[in-house]
Parts: sequence; C-alpha cells; structure tokens
Amino acid sequence: MSAPSCPECGAEILIPANAMAHELLPCPDCGTELEIISLNPVTLDRAPEVEEDWGE
Amino acid sequence: MRVGIIISHIRPEEKLLISAFQARGVEPDVISDREINLEITAGPEQTTPSGIPWNQYDLIMERSVSTSRGLYMLAILGSWGVNALNRYETASTCADKFLTTIALTRAGIPQPTARTAFDPDTTLQAIEQLGYPAVLKPVTGSWGRLLARVNDATAAEAVIEHRQVLGDYQHHIYYVQQYVNKPGRDIRAFVVGDRCICAIYRDSAHWITNTARGGKASNCPVTPELNDLCVRAAQAVGGGIVAIDVFEDPERGLSVNEINHTMEFRNSSAPTGVDIAAEVVSYALSTIGVQA
Repeated sequence: MSAPSCPECGAEILIPANAMAHELLPCPDCGTELEIISLNPVTLDRAPEVEEDWGE
Repeated sequence: MRVGIIISHIRPEEKLLISAFQARGVEPDVISDREINLEITAGPEQTTPSGIPWNQYDLIMERSVSTSRGLYMLAILGSWGVNALNRYETASTCADKFLTTIALTRAGIPQPTARTAFDPDTTLQAIEQLGYPAVLKPVTGSWGRLLARVNDATAAEAVIEHRQVLGDYQHHIYYVQQYVNKPGRDIRAFVVGDRCICAIYRDSAHWITNTARGGKASNCPVTPELNDLCVRAAQAVGGGIVAIDVFEDPERGLSVNEINHTMEFRNSSAPTGVDIAAEVVSYALSTIGVQA
C-alpha cells in the first residue's frame, strides 16, 4: 500500500505508529497542517482553519 | 465503565489524556464535536456518533478546542444529568473574562484592576481611569489573541476604532485591565480538584507570555501561598480542572490574571516532573467513585 500524500503539495506523509484519527500533523515539505481523518485506510485532509473561539 | 472525550481534533493533551485513561484500564470513546447532531428538544437516550446513548456514559470529558461547541455540549449534558467535566458553570465563567473577574472579585481574590465599558468614548475614559499602559482584551478568546497593550490615548483610540469598525458585537464589549509590570514572566498553575498539582514560569521578552506565543516554560515551585491562591481562585469559578494564570505584581504580590477551563499542558509535565494527564484522569475517575 502506498504512503498517503499531502493533499496540498503531494509529498509523501509518514504516519507515526501511535497516530490517532483526528490528530494533526504538519506536512514536512510544504508545512500545511493536516488532519488524519481516518487510519484504516489512512486518509488525510487539510486541518480546519483556526477559528476565533479556539483556545484553552 | 464508559468514558467519553469530546474533541475538535486530537491535540497532544488529548493524546496524553487518552493514554492516561488507558493506563487506568479505561478505553475512552473519542467523540468528535464535528460529528455531533443532537435533538435538543429530546433527551439523553439519543446516541453519540459512536452509537452509544449519552446517558450510558459514566463520565464525559469536554476537550473541544472550540470554546463555544464545548460550552453548548456542557450545557446540554448538564441539563440531561450526564456527568461531565468541567461543569458548565465553571466552563462558562472561565470562558468569559468579564465573568471570571466578577467571580474572583466576589471571592476576594487579588487580581489586576479591570473595567468594562460599551461605548468608544466611555471606553477611553475607562482606560484613562486605569492609567497608561493598559491592556484591552476581548472578553472571549485565548492563546493571547487580540490582546492590545495601549501606551497612550492615540493608541487606545486606534484600537477602539478598529474594534468598532472591524469587530463583531462581542468586540464592542470592552474589557480593560490594568497593566502589570511583570518580571519578564508569569506563572501558569494547574489546579485539579482541591490541589495545585504543579506550576510553571512562562518567561518571555514579550509582554504576552503564553507558551502558544513563544513563552518558555520552567518549573515554578508550588508554595503554600501559590497553592492557596490558586485553589481559592479555582473554587471561585466553580472548581474542577483549571489552569490559572498568575502575575507576580511587584507592588501587590500574587494576583490572578485569567483562568482556563480546557487547559493545555504539553509543555508543562517535563519541567515540573508531574504527570499532569495522569493527575487529571485520576481526579476525573474519582468523581465517579473510581479510586487509584
């Protein structure tokens, strides 16, 4: 099975062994923040944009 | 036992919390707030996106990065009698700086002087009553976003005009705080239940010291004074699991700046040596009668 690719630039993305669905990770090539939509199969999408009410 | 965690996405904190639950033999159900679709005129027998009725959870931990989604979920879970952390009362108070300030005032907790006004002219008067520099903050917001330190009337007028023209109605509620001349750092203290479990200094050359804005974390000893202040502040906003931002005011001593109800702690376990996620999970489980 081929590695997933960045939906922005097409770079190959290595998924950490302990990755979880809905985890964010940056594309190492273009820096776009990505979200792991699902793990089986691995599906990536651009992470949601930060909204004004985001925080802690 | 059934535990759910409501998330917007998985930050390092949620990953640590899930691992901590697993270490206690609990596999939490991760509930994405983007997948929630509720009939709010019905009851808790309807199901989560996982297909489990909401009233079958022993505990729901609210960890949405979206403050408003988290608040609405805590409101409905509370109305249904579902055990959730933090409670809506705590979260809604902490989410609003105005409400936090009045809760701290009622409890007699030291804090920087703050004023509120709703009109550009009276806001300028409020700032001048506090004296320059002063800090304008949105009543809701996090990560140091849209804070403005104004050093004189010209700067204040500019910020007010921008907020009037570009901001929505919430930005027309002006919360102005006395500027505290910090010693290049502030304190972020973590309260879990009735204990301040650890604290960090956040050092920054910038007046905004949030670690999200580049503040460097190092261990801050939890003195009896800091513990007492932070536990009282936590109780003032309803208690639970909160992070308290504390100023070391050179003139007035320790004072509480803000309180956060879905605290981030990724940078804080290493310098303090405290497993914050394990402490949070231990407390959460204790609220449903599960002891370590």
